[in-house]
Amino acid sequence: MGKLKAVLAAATLALGATAAQAEQTKIGFVYVSPIGDAGYTYQHDLGRKAIEEEFGDKIKVSFVESVAEGPDSERVIMNYAKNGYDMVFATSFGYMNPTLKVAKKFPKVAFEHATGYKRAKNVNTYVARFYEGRYLAGLVAGKMTTSNVIGYVAAFPIPEVVRGINAFTRGIREVNKDAQVRVIWTNSWFDPGKEREAADTLIGQGADVLNMHADSPATIQAAADAGVYAIGYNSDLSKFGPKAQLTSTVTNWAPYYVKRVTEVLEGKWEGNQDTWDGLKEGMVEMAPFNDAVPQDVRDLVEKAKQDIIAGTLHPFAGPINDNEGKERVAAGTTMTDGDLLGFNWYVEGVVGKLPN
Amino acid sequence: MIRFEPRLAPSRVMVYGAPILAVCFTLVAGAMLFSALGYDPLNSLYLFFIQPISDSYGLTELFLKATPLTLCAVGLAVGFRGNVWNIGAEGQLTMGAIVSGAIAVTWYDSTSMFLLPIMIIAGVLGGMAWAAIPAFLKTRFHANEILTSLMLTYVATLFLGYLVNGPLRNPEGFNFPESRMFGDAALLPLLFDESRLHIGALITLFVVLLGWFIMSRTLIGFQVKVVGLTPLAANYAGFNPKKVIWMSLMLGGGLAGLAGMFEVAGPIGQLQPVISPGYGFTAIIVAFLGRLHPIGILLAGTLVALSYLGGETVQMELSLPLAVTGVFQGMLLFFLLACDVLINYRVVLGFKRKAA
Amino acid sequence: MIGFEVETIIAILLGVARGATPLVFAAIGELITEKAGVLNLGVEGMMLVGAVGGFIAVVATGSPTVGFIAAMLAGALLSALFAVLVLFLHTNQVASGLALTIFGVGVSAFFGLKYIGTPIKGLQAIDIPGLSDIPIVGPLLFGHDIMVYAAFVLVAVTAWFLNKSRWGMILRAVGESHHAAHAIGYPVVLIRFCAILFGGAMCGLAGAYISLIYTPMWAENMTAGRGWIALALVVFATWKPGRALIGAYLFGGVTILQLNVQSLGLDVSGHLMNMLPYIATILVLVLISRDETKIRLNAPACLGKPFRADG
Repeated sequence: MGKLKAVLAAATLALGATAAQAEQTKIGFVYVSPIGDAGYTYQHDLGRKAIEEEFGDKIKVSFVESVAEGPDSERVIMNYAKNGYDMVFATSFGYMNPTLKVAKKFPKVAFEHATGYKRAKNVNTYVARFYEGRYLAGLVAGKMTTSNVIGYVAAFPIPEVVRGINAFTRGIREVNKDAQVRVIWTNSWFDPGKEREAADTLIGQGADVLNMHADSPATIQAAADAGVYAIGYNSDLSKFGPKAQLTSTVTNWAPYYVKRVTEVLEGKWEGNQDTWDGLKEGMVEMAPFNDAVPQDVRDLVEKAKQDIIAGTLHPFAGPINDNEGKERVAAGTTMTDGDLLGFNWYVEGVVGKLPN
Repeated sequence: MIRFEPRLAPSRVMVYGAPILAVCFTLVAGAMLFSALGYDPLNSLYLFFIQPISDSYGLTELFLKATPLTLCAVGLAVGFRGNVWNIGAEGQLTMGAIVSGAIAVTWYDSTSMFLLPIMIIAGVLGGMAWAAIPAFLKTRFHANEILTSLMLTYVATLFLGYLVNGPLRNPEGFNFPESRMFGDAALLPLLFDESRLHIGALITLFVVLLGWFIMSRTLIGFQVKVVGLTPLAANYAGFNPKKVIWMSLMLGGGLAGLAGMFEVAGPIGQLQPVISPGYGFTAIIVAFLGRLHPIGILLAGTLVALSYLGGETVQMELSLPLAVTGVFQGMLLFFLLACDVLINYRVVLGFKRKAA
Repeated sequence: MIGFEVETIIAILLGVARGATPLVFAAIGELITEKAGVLNLGVEGMMLVGAVGGFIAVVATGSPTVGFIAAMLAGALLSALFAVLVLFLHTNQVASGLALTIFGVGVSAFFGLKYIGTPIKGLQAIDIPGLSDIPIVGPLLFGHDIMVYAAFVLVAVTAWFLNKSRWGMILRAVGESHHAAHAIGYPVVLIRFCAILFGGAMCGLAGAYISLIYTPMWAENMTAGRGWIALALVVFATWKPGRALIGAYLFGGVTILQLNVQSLGLDVSGHLMNMLPYIATILVLVLISRDETKIRLNAPACLGKPFRADG
């Protein structure tokens, strides 16, 4: 009954609000998976809730979940634009072309597209520098492993995921030249059973620290059951393995969403901007360390974090060799965001070859 | 005590009346569901069924969504009548999309007017080729087509993933898993400006009429029905069951492949890791809701398409969770299926007479 | 280079058992339903409802036993809806089953909304001190959770029930020729109703295995298509319980094997590797299907056909 009341209250609130304030700024969110996936979309939804809290009655926020990338997404985005929404957040890469198509027809609507690379006068893109957090996680993993085999459960071989694997490996190699990273692709963003199987497989092959780029906490659970360590992603997953999770690379979209909505409310929003926010802006955060992480490792990570924020440390500063020994980035140079965007090779320390 | 008593002959009234009755039941049950959750029932139902198609854009979107469902279902229905259980239309659709898409991507700068017809043929052949595997395994090795066609669906989806991550990846797309955008010559002409409804919808309509003609007026249709009803009688009559298996699967696969081609050359305009949000599976329900009759399938496909559009609208307007939409869709389907009992049975109040 | 050492192989086999167990439960449930002549394609929906039902019960009571019972009830309850539709309202079984999946996905997501991200303590392997410490054999025979053994027991009991028991023969008779069974005086509808409920309960159990043991959590659609695999396994098994078990372990085995090959870093696309379990299943089916008569003997002749006592 409590749930029913809550829903009831929310509904009356929504109805009352529409009737009372026609001048509200309307903001729509398009999600690729159910909020209940507890991963990627869940984090975006926390961002949505944050703007609701921040702006209250000034805005009306709406969302549609599980929108397939393709024709369905174009219709949903289109309907938002047609129905007088002022701003649309399209939170998945596959919404890129649909967003641009709709944006062309509705020049007055502000569009924000996550993780894409095409922009327009009324389309911004934004992405988190997950890789900064991954690098810090790598430092921890490199220090904590004793078998020198580190496992990585990954969803799809797309540049964003490869970037994470590489940053993580760079961190590991910074503190441990002997460790290697093994990767298993599940080919699904969300399949707890498959992720669990992949994690178990990596543990069976001797991995004593796991990292992952997928939407369920199954990897943490596998590590907890096997008594090895793991590093979380998306959110702090320590409750799924208090002893197993060393730390987690957490994404926090709230500051960015609040900033952009403020701009729209003040009439200062502009398109054609590409945002890469990381540790400095708080879009990427590290979850609290596990008690098992010794003080010297914590200090090391903290120092690296401050250096990244200060701009004196970059995970992809040369020299960087790929995992076949070829020098890809010369000493003294650093990979640009453009280079990072299309990452399609493994750095030294990752086992295997990327499909091409 | 309510019970059902068989009618002597199927009720003509109920053939058309049952679906209307079912929709009425759904409206009542839906109103109860929505008001129990604290939403205004009338408004919810309006948003679900009317709002999505209240303007011309909405109508074109409805038919756009109904096109692949109807096309797949018409093909499947032929097989279902002949007891050929092709449940892999999803995979055949994907293969049609792959083959026609590969042509569009390979000759992306072509402006030839032959490109589109070739792609259509390629799409049909692609779907047929994928359906030929279960047909061959069934006729040659007696391997059950339910299993083979389902397993091949997974294989087709993974194959698409492989292609867009490798050979067919857009060379200018920063290694993101998607192909180039198709050239204009590879896109289906639109029926109306400012809409996404393409010529494929007309072709689908034509296929529906053709399907109706074949099933009711030709010897092939008669053979399929006879083999389905009584395999033994069919044998005596000299029909070849193997031929029926081949024909059913070729037709189902071909039309599913065509639907895949329509999706990529229509609203999507490129190859991406996921082409269909389950059209091939939903089409199985559509086929039965339409009582395996092409015209019925057209109506059922449109109704199911509307339920998806409505689900999006209530999420947008009322923040009704997708979960509730799923429950409501399930109810709609149950009522539609259940009411058909009235065609062959009538409701009788009172206890059963002891039959002599 | 780490190869396939003994520990690795043991880990692989333990993983195979965990992956196969939910498939075994769901496949056996569906097998009994189909043997009674009813095709219920709603396995995925029933698994999800079982997963969420079991999860909620464990959050409320903390007892895995209660959780598994709740999961069975939830699965059976959903299947009862299907039973009423197909047995009393004579709806088409294929369409009703698919509608049941859509409904089950929605219902489970709805009831699960507030349990997202709630951790529970998973059920651990029953470590029998002494026995499970024996090298190699110990972990392989005694290192599993209780449901892995339960799955084996279920298969044995089901095989005995179908082939040796009186009620099993009646069940098969109903699936083979409902008119004949009805003429002899067996309650066809009642037997089918029970078979459907049993199928629902087993699918619920399969779902709960995933949400309580395999990955102890609730998330929408967490069964991720395993219901469909279970359905395919029944066909694969040619309606024999023992073969369903073998099929589930084969499928799980090839899955784990391809994951192992991936992590060795061979130059093969992950997408292509992930196809292996499906292709292997097709190939093995082709091998066993070559002898047509054997399959004909096992497939319930009335599968999917509606029964009208007075028609």
